[in-house]
Amino acid sequence: MRSLKLVIPLAAFLAIAAFLAIGLTRDPREVPSPFIDKPAPSFRIAQLGNAAGAFSPEDMRGKVWLLNVWASWCVSCRAEHPLLVEMAKRKVVPIVGLNYKDKREDGLAWLGKLGDPYALSAYDVDGRVGIDYGVYGVPETFVIDKQGVIRYKQIGPITPEALEQTILPLIRKLEA
Amino acid sequence: MIPELGHFALIVAAALAVAQSALALTGAATGRASLMATARPVAVGLFVFVAAAFAALAYSFVSNDFSVLNVASHSNSQLPAHYRFAATWGSHEGSILLWVVMLSAWSFAVSILSRHLPERFVARVLGVLGVIAAGFLFFILLTSNPFERLIPAAEEGRDLNPLLQDPGMVIHPPMLYMGYVGFSVAFAFAIAALLEGRLDAAWARWSRPWTTAAWCFLTIGIALGSGWAYYELGWGGWWFWDPVENASFMPWLAGTALVHSLAVTEKRGTFRSWTVLLAIVAFSLSLVGTFLVRSGVLTSVHAFATDPRRGIYILVFLFFVVGGALALFAWRAPRVGLGAGFSAVSRESMLLANNVLLIVAMGAVLLGTLYPLFLDALNLGKVSVGPPYFEAVFVPLMTPALFLMAIGPLASWKRVALPDLWTRLRWALAISVVTALVAPLALGRWSPGVAFGLWLALWIAAATLAHALQRFSNASQRGFAAKIAAQPLAWYGMMLAHLGVAAFIVGVTLVKSFEAERELRMAPGDRAAVAGYEFTFKGTREIAGPNYTSVQGEFDVRREGASHSTVMLPEKRVYHASGQTMTEAAIDTGFTGDLYVSLGEPVENGAWGVRLYRKPFVDWIWGGCFLMALGGFLALADRRYRARSREASAELAGAATGRA
Repeated sequence: MRSLKLVIPLAAFLAIAAFLAIGLTRDPREVPSPFIDKPAPSFRIAQLGNAAGAFSPEDMRGKVWLLNVWASWCVSCRAEHPLLVEMAKRKVVPIVGLNYKDKREDGLAWLGKLGDPYALSAYDVDGRVGIDYGVYGVPETFVIDKQGVIRYKQIGPITPEALEQTILPLIRKLEA
Repeated sequence: MIPELGHFALIVAAALAVAQSALALTGAATGRASLMATARPVAVGLFVFVAAAFAALAYSFVSNDFSVLNVASHSNSQLPAHYRFAATWGSHEGSILLWVVMLSAWSFAVSILSRHLPERFVARVLGVLGVIAAGFLFFILLTSNPFERLIPAAEEGRDLNPLLQDPGMVIHPPMLYMGYVGFSVAFAFAIAALLEGRLDAAWARWSRPWTTAAWCFLTIGIALGSGWAYYELGWGGWWFWDPVENASFMPWLAGTALVHSLAVTEKRGTFRSWTVLLAIVAFSLSLVGTFLVRSGVLTSVHAFATDPRRGIYILVFLFFVVGGALALFAWRAPRVGLGAGFSAVSRESMLLANNVLLIVAMGAVLLGTLYPLFLDALNLGKVSVGPPYFEAVFVPLMTPALFLMAIGPLASWKRVALPDLWTRLRWALAISVVTALVAPLALGRWSPGVAFGLWLALWIAAATLAHALQRFSNASQRGFAAKIAAQPLAWYGMMLAHLGVAAFIVGVTLVKSFEAERELRMAPGDRAAVAGYEFTFKGTREIAGPNYTSVQGEFDVRREGASHSTVMLPEKRVYHASGQTMTEAAIDTGFTGDLYVSLGEPVENGAWGVRLYRKPFVDWIWGGCFLMALGGFLALADRRYRARSREASAELAGAATGRA
């Protein structure tokens, strides 16, 4: 009996190690978003390029579109930017930018330098729209369907894998 | 060129670590003295090469070599020099390198401070440390090369995370790792003893100073981290039960149990299997902590760079080291005989109870930390476990441990008479109960929680002092000064550490119960009162830092009715390179508590969202931790380790010739 007791620590460790191994295959950052399959929150704010013009998600009714949250100060936005420019060239779906907590001139200069993939960018200077959309890091991208319902949310930069395996198939399905 | 030399030094170090473990362990197993003799010089060489690699990386950071990827991603030419140096361990790669630096430094220390130990035992200890060093060096070389080049070089670095640009970053990680990794020595001693089949009092005596030293560093490291979070995160919390904090706290709990259990094994020869198991567990928890932090299996506010490949490597390494150690334990521990018996009420039984409580508390923290992972692995959904769970479990477990902690030092080994204990402690009990009942009223508001927390602290302090007075009066020396001088430093160390725990409880209890907080909008000229202090907002101005611009608020603070006032200057910084905003709280520290001001967001017309706090006795939390660590260091300075160790080697030499 005594020797059996001494195996307990080893057994406990092996059980924990097994869970840790399973844990490695999961992504803890993958938080189920409460926004999925809910109507995109409504707002009406000024545009980045055209301060006199406004933008509201209702303007996009009837189209499948992407809402991409970005900022000139955001390093990871640079990483995903070429993918967005490429998508815009191929005219997959309209991409609307949400320029988040940025300075207008910085945002415009950034687009000037790196290319502007956006149909337009809404100018969320104080981040209020970001709060409504539950944005907790930039960049984030929402796929919104023809009825104005959020169908997918990409947290962090769009990777080529996420684009090919998730976002583009979803867009094709929504457009069909 | 320097980075390549650093990389080369790491490769040499990895080869040396393999040699250290292979030669020393083979030598010890076969009894060949020539092989065992290699352990010490190779350990010294390992330290030299690891230190050289670290120096090369530090040089690349300090000299802004942006052709090194690691430097380009974690530093910036505008960063002040001391932060560029600290940025050396600001990345995943650098922090693992720091880990190995600490490990090789501990091995180096063992190799020069172990002259009195038997050669074979030292060879085994250094061999085990070599295995761990090799594992981590290959981890660096295969998955986390800190010297990777970036061609063409970046014009400018991306900057160190602004959260880490703080004096805390310079000192907290080295201290924490020093402690964390230091348990590797206790681990190596335990494995060596298991391999040799000699878990005796001598083994416990040799392990003790190493374990205490590591425990002291870990205590300081955790306290520094907690203090850093307190002033940097901007809302004055000091412990968050975050997975990364738990990762350092679990080894601390196991280490605390180990420090006490080693005392019993040394003095009485009992608890041997338990002690050796604790030594394995303490270091295993350090390794598990490293895994949790570095693999990204758990989310945390400390989420740094993570990569699943690294997770797999550490997990496999963990499997071999921890699994191997526990298998060895299961196999060899039964051969170790039982020690002397003891009765149900004795110092042994109290230490055993405390040990069990500490380990159960550690298990509860482990469970809470891993619970989200368990559920996710079983597809039962995503949860996060927060402070309410930890507090609900931790406080009831620690309460009896703290109660017993006061009595333990007075109880005699083997058997103690309860009436005798009662005679010696009744005054301490009476004073602590009365004071605890009255004191909360003096502080403003009576509640059972405050009274109970204060009672625990006062009970520990009073019992400790009662013990000290009785010990002085029983001492045979003439004159009080002589009696005081006659007590060993180790005993003073224990007293001080226990008083540190009492101070810690005072801080936690009072800050939790009496902290006052106001969150409000203030325009220049506005006044607000918090807990008897009046804050006047004078306005803000822009100031330029070395690599940030800052809005600095000015507050005039005075105690109600007092004539003089203090100026407090909280800041809101925007760092140039990353554009990130950081809150720098202004803190006016005092013996009886802090005043704490932090700026929220600007509203309109120069008004700001402002948070004002009064945190009574909060510094006692960290003060208590430093007293504990200081107590540990005092114990280390005790003569008996040196004196006894000479005796021990004489004993062993005698035993060896006797056998021959």
